[in-house]
Amino acid sequence: MSPQKRFKNVQAQNRTSQGSSSFQTTLSAWKVKQDPSNSKNISKHGQNNPVGDYEHADDQAEEDALQMAVGYFEKGPIKASQNKDKTLEKHLKTVENVAWKNGLASEEIDILLNIALSGKFGNAVNTRILKCIIPATVISEDSVVKAVSWLCVGKCSGSTKVLFYRWLVAMFDFIDRKEQINLLYGFFFASLQDDALCPYVCHLLYLLTKKENGEIENGKLILFQGMQPHLQALLSLYKFFAPALISVSLPVRKKIYFKNSENLWKTALLAVKQRNRGPSPEPLKLMLGPANVRPLKRKWNSLSVIPVLNSSSYTKECGKKEMSLSDCLNRSGSFPLEQLQSFPQLLQNIHCLELPSQMGSVLNNSLLLHYINCVRDEPVLLRFYYWLSQTLQEECIWYKVNNYEHGKEFTNFLDTIIRAECFLQEGFYSCEAFLYKSLPLWDGLCCRSQFLQLVSWIPFSSFSEVKPLLFDHLAQLFFTSTIYFKCSVLQSLKELLQNWLLWLSMDIHMKPVTNSPLETTLGGSMNSVSKLIHYVGWLSTTAMRLESNSTFLLHFILDFYEKVCDIYINYNLPLVVLFPPGIFYSALLSLDTSILNQLCFIMHRYRKNLTAAKKNELVQKTKSEFNFSSKTYQEFNHYLTSMVGCLWTSKPFGKGIYVDPEILEKTGVAEYKNSLNVVHHPSFLSYAVSFLERGGNREKKWSWYLDYLFSQGLQGLKLFIRSTEGINCNNQY
Amino acid sequence: MDSYNAPESTPSASSRPEDYFIGATPLQKRLESVRKQSSFIPTPPRRKIPQCSQLQEDVDPQKVALLLHKQWTLYSLTPLYKFSYSNLKEYSRLLNAFIVAEKQKGLAVEVGEDFNIKVIFSTLLGMKGTQRDPEAFLVQIVSKSQLPSENREGKVLWTGWFCCIFGDSLLETVSEDFTSLPLFLANGAESNTAIIGTWFQKTFDCYFSPLAINAFNLSWMAAMWTACKMDHYVATTEFLWSVPCSPQSLDISFAIHPEDAKALWDSVHKTPGEVTQEEVDLFMDCLYSHFHRHFKIHLSATRLVRVSTSVASAHTDGKIKILCHKYLIGVLAYLTELAIFQIE
Repeated sequence: MSPQKRFKNVQAQNRTSQGSSSFQTTLSAWKVKQDPSNSKNISKHGQNNPVGDYEHADDQAEEDALQMAVGYFEKGPIKASQNKDKTLEKHLKTVENVAWKNGLASEEIDILLNIALSGKFGNAVNTRILKCIIPATVISEDSVVKAVSWLCVGKCSGSTKVLFYRWLVAMFDFIDRKEQINLLYGFFFASLQDDALCPYVCHLLYLLTKKENGEIENGKLILFQGMQPHLQALLSLYKFFAPALISVSLPVRKKIYFKNSENLWKTALLAVKQRNRGPSPEPLKLMLGPANVRPLKRKWNSLSVIPVLNSSSYTKECGKKEMSLSDCLNRSGSFPLEQLQSFPQLLQNIHCLELPSQMGSVLNNSLLLHYINCVRDEPVLLRFYYWLSQTLQEECIWYKVNNYEHGKEFTNFLDTIIRAECFLQEGFYSCEAFLYKSLPLWDGLCCRSQFLQLVSWIPFSSFSEVKPLLFDHLAQLFFTSTIYFKCSVLQSLKELLQNWLLWLSMDIHMKPVTNSPLETTLGGSMNSVSKLIHYVGWLSTTAMRLESNSTFLLHFILDFYEKVCDIYINYNLPLVVLFPPGIFYSALLSLDTSILNQLCFIMHRYRKNLTAAKKNELVQKTKSEFNFSSKTYQEFNHYLTSMVGCLWTSKPFGKGIYVDPEILEKTGVAEYKNSLNVVHHPSFLSYAVSFLERGGNREKKWSWYLDYLFSQGLQGLKLFIRSTEGINCNNQY
Repeated sequence: MDSYNAPESTPSASSRPEDYFIGATPLQKRLESVRKQSSFIPTPPRRKIPQCSQLQEDVDPQKVALLLHKQWTLYSLTPLYKFSYSNLKEYSRLLNAFIVAEKQKGLAVEVGEDFNIKVIFSTLLGMKGTQRDPEAFLVQIVSKSQLPSENREGKVLWTGWFCCIFGDSLLETVSEDFTSLPLFLANGAESNTAIIGTWFQKTFDCYFSPLAINAFNLSWMAAMWTACKMDHYVATTEFLWSVPCSPQSLDISFAIHPEDAKALWDSVHKTPGEVTQEEVDLFMDCLYSHFHRHFKIHLSATRLVRVSTSVASAHTDGKIKILCHKYLIGVLAYLTELAIFQIE
């Protein structure tokens, strides 16, 4: 086999392995893809870049070569190979080139670190490898922990160790997490005794030290008497954290504490920072106002909208004047948040849980959301309220001009909030306040799905109060937007109704009388719900006219009434509200079978609910304020009569819908009386035809036809007809 | 997020509506006030012309001097949780450590220089509108003098202060664990503001937002500040309008002799001691029509971005410079109102 041929084989093999590895690390791929300045990765992942074809091929070859080189190092030196040095040199060069040009992926770094510290190769090779371990974006913490574990085995030389520490200090900012590394604090601290390593370990500890470390470790540090600059630096840091514990006086005017560990990688570090920062130059824009002020988060360069979970040690300790070592070691029995991992833990420690220093961080932690949900501590809720209100306001992309570039981020933030609300089955007040402020400015397009979901999580309150703030603005958008928007709004109003009903039904069972300033009585609450339903009825009727009786829209409207008709039985709340005539007759005269079927089902459920209510009234005998007025029953009977008249008894326009016989004659329909019954109703036309095609016998009875319809899945019709069959068409309650 | 895909089957823990309705909790009151604010025009139609405050007499004149003639960047701030005036020394130490740690992060060279800073917290006694307003306080970052022989104060690198002037509407809705100082003013490098702001956000669970001043509020400032009685004027009254156009926006500056501005104001002013929306509109309209007569430009179609008077000057980006000692409190009262409006 010629060497060239072998090369090709290996290349092919590597391609496949690369494919699988990139699949496994989709997250890093995604991260890289986000960064348009990195042309290599763009062309690698975003295949729809026609301009980059040439470059693409070029990069692919480079990538393959890198994979091969990494593979070579991973296997270790092949003893028998003739041109061993040459191959080694070639691969080293490849790695160096790629690393300095584009940086290495975190998986590659993992492998190379492993190789450099495991002593597979000689010192010179290890040094060269370490020098070129430059991340493309980030280094995974695990790789570092693994690398540190090699230090204990004693396989690498002192100089390699030194170089590794220098590398670690230089790359410190690119390590994705530091928790595990921080756990190795003691190990690093012990390494201070090695004179060669000491300056670099000092530097590393300097970067790693948090308040707790300072408090615990500084006692030991006193043992190092030599006042080298690097030790001074560390001591001065400890002194800042726990001034009472360090009695050594440190010179103030010292300028340089650490040898510059970075210099080996200086240019590379700049490149990585550039890559991580993303595209910076912003296009020129018309300056449109005070709204140009961009959210502070980005100016103050914190990484995410939601703060990181940290226990509130600062505030707690501020009260104490003097802190002793024992205080530091034993945090007076409170349970640190960082250790909270499971629900049972939460339950056991709920009385002594340390609260996060920034309440907003609970949004990312489902256990703490549980806590927030049951805590009655007003400050906790207020802190969360303030944080969420302000963050929503700052992040909202239409609230401030020129903020649109962060749309994706805002959408994600809203999604997080909505997930939390669904998880708690409860809306946040901050979101309600945010809706009040931002809805009048909303264009109906931005984050539509999220925004409407927020609407459906508005906490229960008095409808008349919320209407001018919210629903009136929403109505303007509703009437002027597409049918899809209308359907989405109806959908979210249905969810809103459902959420309100759930709260109220829970509320009633918890406590019969609520002493609230808003809705003092159950009657008040019911009044609010009924106003909401009437409002949606009004929206629906108008929308039906605007959309010329669209079947699609009618489906969403009837979905809403499917919730409404079952309030009495499903939620055990004393409320029955019927639909407006505009909806009822549109559905009854619809050309769509499923609409009519849904209508039948709703009528059936209304009947069940009203019957149940009537029965309860008779049992209780006492007059309660929640007895439905006879008007509701009359209205229902009216609808029922119309329906039975149309579908069943073929007397369509007598009772119920009254149409002047003269007008009916003018239509020229000869047998209008029959034309709306189950057999002739236009929406059942296709069923009638296929029924005839199957049996072919016109003389077949109604009941056979009905059975046929029922067998076709028209459950609503079945329930409706079965429940009214026993009763005469003129039945009255 | 850990396990959101499996919500509880029933909302068993939702005793909330009822919780919220027990009495009027601060949270409930907050929402009420947001509703009130959203349903009416945000600004009341009339305000008082700034008066010289009695309380202001107590303020240390040296400290007042620190606040005047400096350009401040405005922020609104939600109430500070567990802030205590008795711990200011402790805060100085902690903030100092935090600044050092932040500056050092990942850099690690030439750290010595940054150790030479000192953080000083101090109260601004008397800087309040009513007795109920919490005490204002000042944070300074001072570079320590390099030579031990020099005992003088070092150079001030950064200054920021927190205040609340006539903040009644906010105070009502906040419980005792919180300190409401809705207005924050900073002067110095923004990187420092960022670090210090971050520390406050982490320590007192508060939230800083840049406070921009829109053209509507700038007009109000122009009217109120013109209405102030001055013994002598130190600056001309100047307005700056911006016309959005590419590639650079066009600015129109309009300077008036302060006494002329006052004369114009007096001609539109009716209610003694107060400024009404009507008067503000009239005042600005007069300026517009005067300008149009001479230059045939409708200023009402452009955007007001800056107002400077002898009392103070304000820029729409949320920058303010207060010139007149006498009306310090009056200027701050309006800014507090705007800050509260933003955090409501």
